[in-house]
Amino acid sequence: MFGKLTWSAIPLDQPIPLVAGATVGLVIVGVLGWLILAGHLPYLWREWITSVDHKRIGVMYTLLGLVMLLRGLVDAIMMRAQQSIAFHSNGYLPPEHYDQIFSAHGTIMIFFGAMPFMIGLMNFVVPLQLGVRDVAFPTLNSVGFWLTATGALLVNLSLVIGEFARTGWLPYPPLSQLQYSPGVGVDYYLWAIQISGIGTLLTGINLVTTILKMRAPGMSYLRMPMFCWTALASNLLIVAAFPILTATLAMLTLDRYLGFHFFTNEAGGNVMMFVNLIWAWGHPEVYILVLPAFGVFSEVISTFSSKPLFGYRSMVIATMSICLIAFMVWLHHFFTMGAGGTVNAVFGIATTIIAVPTGVKVYNWLFTMYGGRIRFTSPMLWSIGFMVTFVIGGMTGVLLAVPPVDFVLHNSLFLVAHFHNVIVGGVLFAAFAGYTFWFPKAFGFKLHEGWGKAAFWFTLIGFYAVFMPLYVLGLLGMTRRMQHYDVPQWRPWVLAAGIGMVAVVAGMICQVIQLFVSVKRRPDLRDATGDPWDGRNMEWATSSPPPAFNFAVLPQVQGEEAYWAIKHRAREQASLRDLPDYEFIKMPRNSPTGFVCAFFATLMGFALIWHIWWMVALGIVGAWVTFVVFAWRDIPDYIIPAAEVARIDRANHEVRLEALATYAGPRP
Amino acid sequence: MTTADVFSAPRDPYKLGHGHEPSRPHAPGHGEGGPAPTRVIVGFGFWIFLLSDVVMFAGFFAAYAVLHGGTAGGPTGAQLFDLRNTAIETACLLLSSFTCGLASAAVGARRSTLFYFAMTTTFLLGASFLALEVREFEGLVARGAGPTRSAFLSAFFTVVGCHGLHVAVGLLWLLTMMAQVHAKGFRADILSRFLCFSLFWHALGIIWVALFTVVYLWGAQP
Repeated sequence: MFGKLTWSAIPLDQPIPLVAGATVGLVIVGVLGWLILAGHLPYLWREWITSVDHKRIGVMYTLLGLVMLLRGLVDAIMMRAQQSIAFHSNGYLPPEHYDQIFSAHGTIMIFFGAMPFMIGLMNFVVPLQLGVRDVAFPTLNSVGFWLTATGALLVNLSLVIGEFARTGWLPYPPLSQLQYSPGVGVDYYLWAIQISGIGTLLTGINLVTTILKMRAPGMSYLRMPMFCWTALASNLLIVAAFPILTATLAMLTLDRYLGFHFFTNEAGGNVMMFVNLIWAWGHPEVYILVLPAFGVFSEVISTFSSKPLFGYRSMVIATMSICLIAFMVWLHHFFTMGAGGTVNAVFGIATTIIAVPTGVKVYNWLFTMYGGRIRFTSPMLWSIGFMVTFVIGGMTGVLLAVPPVDFVLHNSLFLVAHFHNVIVGGVLFAAFAGYTFWFPKAFGFKLHEGWGKAAFWFTLIGFYAVFMPLYVLGLLGMTRRMQHYDVPQWRPWVLAAGIGMVAVVAGMICQVIQLFVSVKRRPDLRDATGDPWDGRNMEWATSSPPPAFNFAVLPQVQGEEAYWAIKHRAREQASLRDLPDYEFIKMPRNSPTGFVCAFFATLMGFALIWHIWWMVALGIVGAWVTFVVFAWRDIPDYIIPAAEVARIDRANHEVRLEALATYAGPRP
Repeated sequence: MTTADVFSAPRDPYKLGHGHEPSRPHAPGHGEGGPAPTRVIVGFGFWIFLLSDVVMFAGFFAAYAVLHGGTAGGPTGAQLFDLRNTAIETACLLLSSFTCGLASAAVGARRSTLFYFAMTTTFLLGASFLALEVREFEGLVARGAGPTRSAFLSAFFTVVGCHGLHVAVGLLWLLTMMAQVHAKGFRADILSRFLCFSLFWHALGIIWVALFTVVYLWGAQP
């Protein structure tokens, strides 16, 4: 009836996951109870869970990312604590548990922390910057989000029901084969990633179509804001790379479930094919994450330097070059495979070449700041912190791109330090910069600056304190993923990294406090006009938070930095444009399709993990029925009457007039 | 000062990297003319999906190319493949592409009888294709040449089976599509959906051409 699932799947003998699971369970029950008792559930269902509004979906993606970053951080704390203790001893985590933790840490941070965060920002910002009312496929957007949430749920479920993979964040065979990983851990990984991968692919298709086919009148390609360009590149990579992941994991699944021989040691299977295929996705994935991050920094640096982005066209070329070269460097993840000197040289050179467009970007940001009136707000601090940190990480990357060096440093902590250096310094700093930068747009009030700056400094110092010792440890020969060790020379550096963790945690606590303080003091932090930072692109032309339709009338774009031109003219003439003739607006209706579909996907995923075949069938049929019901709808849109549009737009018009009258900045 | 002058303002005197394009106001979806019509957006999005699907197949093709020599002492393609069966399958699928084209023409002319006829024929041809494939698979498994026999057979069953799975999904979609046209008539959203279906069906034909060339013809060589 329930396949492999029995009561023994619940780890009653292991206190750590049990206590953690119980705590999380209590928190969830508490929040749900509060929501129901306070009567918020109907509102949540109507306005958020079933929402197809790209802004709402963007916010939910970002929230998922934030929560999962916290979860991943807990794993990181546990690993650092374990290594700090486990000198000549076993520490407090048994090996099989420690292995699950580093696997979960990587999986959660990349797939459910960084990815949803970046996708959330793109979802929220891109249609606003393009001057349009929604993405190309709003309901599909909702489906994509809820499938991602399904994946996150499955991974977290493995904490209390069964176990997670012990294979690292990429399940290399033969370790991940049934023979060596007989439990359900790898199956949790496979189905969580497959389901959320479909969600990511849907988002990729959606955003590529949106950017290529839906832009405000007058917005030609070379007038698109840089964030839209980087979003385009990132989503093109999603469309081209994620199917490879799907295919690769499907092959591993067939090996495990049906005894196929893709990656087995016997019967002609080829283990290295897995490593090649997974990195043919994995390397583009790095750029899927970091390209939107570059876009965030471009927006932030240009806005807070009060200057147009330096070298816009070279930035576009650099972005698209990275997009292309991203597919030509995958082999540098396994120079030690033994492909021979020539192959290694080709990939080593390709890898160093990709540093060139990245360097172009760094210089463009520096020159954007040069001569600007710089405001050192917290998004700007994250950006400057990024430039310093990322350049260091980039240089250690170029070091690793030299095959002979890589043979020495492969799978050492030097590598671990390198990729944290670029992912934390690049993606995470961008996530926080973008979160602070666009928060007032999403909610109508700014985040508290003091706590934001404290968070930045703690995180920056903590980052260096944790990861610089790891570089040294790598050079001293310490390999990654060690549960215990007995080399006395490593001891002080491991302890230093452990102490650095305290600062990182302090940074994260500041972020949480910042959110609470900001919500509490929101009347003081109110963004009345919708343009709190003296912004330059179209997202600042509408109110904060924007109305459901974003723009009462689609803007006519007449150059780069569309909003800056409008604002400049308004300041020059000390008046806004005349109110337009308002027309009614058609917007897509909310739909529970995404949520219901994800419900069935969760059933299906869970059933596949535990071999409950009737439930698998139920999940598939349920998902198909959901789609047919959705396809059968007769009224896809609802109408916002012209009077309502006029009322909303006039309100914003008036605050902006007021702001213009009191404008004391430099006159053009 | 005009808007264009704003960008040549003193902060960027040499227009470093800031170019301007001639205006093309009447080209919807090409940037200057505003968002494209829904039909174009839906079709374009579906094309992107198809491209991603092709990339997924590329992964399975690559696996087949790597593993096709990994027979582990078991049967090879030359011993197993029945090109006559494959030829009939090919004929079924390509003919079904033709009848799917007929259905498109019927949709264009709003002729429902022709539409149902063409779709039914497409369904029958697709189902025959699938039946032949299932029979082929059954035969192979019965001869001890199932997917667990060797890496070569794993890759073969996966790449061909994945296409077969797509055909099965396509058949389900085809029936749903017919029911939709029956219930809703030739409405605009139904037309866009049919456009996607026909793109999907033709794409399956194209992938099959690659399949029977790479897997069967190449694999059947001694």
